[in-house]
Amino acid sequence: MTISHAPPPPGLSVAPEKSSAPSRTPPDLQAVVPASVRRSRLRSAPRWVRRAVGPLLLLALWQVFSATGVLHPDVLASPGTIARAGADLVADGTLPAAMGVSLQRVVVGLLLGGVVGTALALVSGLSRLGEDLVDATVQMLRTVPWVGLIPLFIIWLGIGEAPKVALIALGVAFHLYLNVYAGIRGVDAQLIEAGESLGLGRWGLVRHVVLPGALPGAMTGLRYSLATAWLALVFGESINADAGIGFLMNQAREFFRTDVIVVCLVVYAFLGLTADVIVRILERLLLQWRPTFTGQ
Amino acid sequence: MATDLHRPVKETLAPDPRSAASAGAPEAAVRVAGLTRAFDGRPVIDDLDLTLRAGEFTALLGRSGCGKSTLLRVLAGLDREISGTVLVPRRRAVAFQAPRLMPWKRVWRNVLLGLPGKPERAVAEGALAEVGLAERAGAWPKTLSGGEAQRASLARALVREPDLLLLDEPFGALDALTRIKAQQLVAELWQRRGCAVLLVTHDVDEALLLADRALVMREGRIAYDTPVALDRPRGVGSPGFADLRARLLTELGVEGGGGVEGKGRAHGGPGAPADEKPSVAAGPSGPGPAKAPDESSAHPRHGDAS
Ligand SMILES: Nc1ncnc2c1ncn2[C@@H]1O[C@H](COP(=O)(O)OP(=O)(O)OP(=O)(O)O)[C@@H](O)[C@H]1O
Ligand SMILES: [Mg+2]
Repeated sequence: MTISHAPPPPGLSVAPEKSSAPSRTPPDLQAVVPASVRRSRLRSAPRWVRRAVGPLLLLALWQVFSATGVLHPDVLASPGTIARAGADLVADGTLPAAMGVSLQRVVVGLLLGGVVGTALALVSGLSRLGEDLVDATVQMLRTVPWVGLIPLFIIWLGIGEAPKVALIALGVAFHLYLNVYAGIRGVDAQLIEAGESLGLGRWGLVRHVVLPGALPGAMTGLRYSLATAWLALVFGESINADAGIGFLMNQAREFFRTDVIVVCLVVYAFLGLTADVIVRILERLLLQWRPTFTGQ
Repeated sequence: MATDLHRPVKETLAPDPRSAASAGAPEAAVRVAGLTRAFDGRPVIDDLDLTLRAGEFTALLGRSGCGKSTLLRVLAGLDREISGTVLVPRRRAVAFQAPRLMPWKRVWRNVLLGLPGKPERAVAEGALAEVGLAERAGAWPKTLSGGEAQRASLARALVREPDLLLLDEPFGALDALTRIKAQQLVAELWQRRGCAVLLVTHDVDEALLLADRALVMREGRIAYDTPVALDRPRGVGSPGFADLRARLLTELGVEGGGGVEGKGRAHGGPGAPADEKPSVAAGPSGPGPAKAPDESSAHPRHGDAS
C-alpha cells in the first residue's frame, strides 16, 4: 500500500475534520407561513372595509383642517357644513329633483350613444366592407375634441335637453365603438377556425365566438363611456341649464355657497361610483370565464 | 348528393358500408388527387395524391414545415385556396394541437357547439364520459389541466360521430405520461368507433404504435407510404417494430435511423429491452370493450387486411 500524500510536516497537527468535505454551515431554514396565518388584521378585514379606509382618513383630515381654521369656509366648507347643506337640499326636495333630471340625461345619452357606437362597431368589426366604410370616418371624427362641439350643438339643437343628451351620446359612442371594434378584431383566429371546423355558419360564429370574445373589450368600453358620460353631463349642464345638478351648482356659485357646490360634486361622484359598481357586477357575471389575474 | 365543399372540384363523400361491400373494393374515406396549395406562389402542397380507406388509422409524418398541417386544414375544409380534387366525408372532425376550447363556454357547451338542433346536456356528458371527463362537464375551460382540455377537445370531435377524424399533433403539448394515456385513449376510441383517422405526428414511435398505415410527406407530396402490419397490442419491442422505425426515420432524413431520435430518447437496436414503453393499443385486458388483437373484429368497416 503506497501513500501518495506527503506526510504532514512534523510539529504541524492536521485537524481531521478539515480533511473531509468542506465544512458547511447548516442551511438557514425559513418557515413557509400559511396564508391564513400570515394575514394581518387589516388584510383579513372584509374587502369593503379596506377600501373605505383611505376616503375616511381624507375626510377626517379635512374636518380637522376646517375646525382649526386652516381651511377658510369661503374657500371650502367643512364636511359638517356640507352634510347639513346636503340634508337641507334633500329635505326640501331640490336635490332629488335635480338628480332625477341629470340621471335621465345620462341614461338617455348612454342608451343613444351605446346603440349607435355598438352598431357601428359591429358593422366595421364583422365585415371588411363595413370597416372600409365606417372605420376611417369614425377615426377621422374622433380627432375632433367632442367638448369643442358644444357651441355647434347649441346652434343646431337649441338650449333644451337635446344638446346635453347629444353631447353625452357622442362621448359614449366613440368609446364603445373603439373598444367593441378592437374586441371583435382581437378575437383569436384559432378559435374562429375551431368554430368553423365544428360546423358553425357565419351567424353561428358571430354569436358563439366573435361576440363573446369581444365582450371583455365591450365592458372596458362601457366603463370608459360611463366616465365620459358624467364628464359630458358636467360640461353640458354648466351651460344654459335650467334644471339638474349643474343648474344647482351654477346657482350656488352666484351665492358663494361652497357647501352646496361640494354637495353637487359629491352627488356627481356618488352617481359615477354607483355606475361603476353596476359595471363591476356586470363584469363579474359576464366575464367569470376569463382566466385572468384577480389580485391577492 | 353532391355538395360544394371545396372550390375547384368538389363532392362530398358519405361512406356507405353497403355499397363498398357490394363493390368489393375498400371504400374510401378521403380521396385527394392533384392537390396543390401555394402560399405566395410557393407551393407547400404540390400535386398530392392520397386515398384513405374508411376505418383506417393513418399516421402522417414529415419534417416540420413540410405542409402536414396545411394538408389537414384542407381535408377539414378550413382552407379552400386550393386546386385539385378533394373528396372528404361530410361528417368530419378535427382536434388541433391546442385544445381550442371557447373559454366563455362551459365544457359541455363546448362539446355541443356547432351540433345541429338543440342537443341535451346528456349528449355532451356521454361524449365526455368516453374520454373520462364526465365530472368536469360543468367546469370552465380555464380550470382544466392541459391533458383534460385536450380530452375535452377530443370529446368535442367525437360527439360529431365523424367518418373522418383529423388529429393535428394532439399529444404534442402533453407530458410523457399523459401522452401515453391519451394515445391509449385514442386507440380505444378508434377501435370502438371505427372511423377513419388521420394523425399528424412528429413521433415515429407514436405512429407505429397506433396506425395501420404510415405516410411520410416530403416536398409537398406523399413520398413514402407503408402499411404497419404489426400485431396489436403493440409495444416498441413488437417484432418488426424496430425495422419499420429505422425505415421511417431514414425516410424522414434522420441518419442512422435505429439510433437516437430528436427527443434524446435512445433506443438500442432490435435487441434492446422491449418493455420500456407500455403498449398502447387497447388490448383484451384494457378498459372498454375487450378486443382481440384480431383486427377485423375490432373495426368492422376496415375492409382490407393490412
Ligand atoms: N398562412 C400562411 N401563410 C404563409 N405561409 C404559410 C401559412 N401557413 C403555412 N405556411 C407555410 O407552409 C409551410 C407548411 O406549413 P405547415 O403548418 O403545414 O407545416 P407542418 O408540416 O404542419 O409543420 P409542423 O410539423 O412544424 O407543424 C411552412 O413553410 C409555413 O411557413
Ligand atoms: Mg403543423
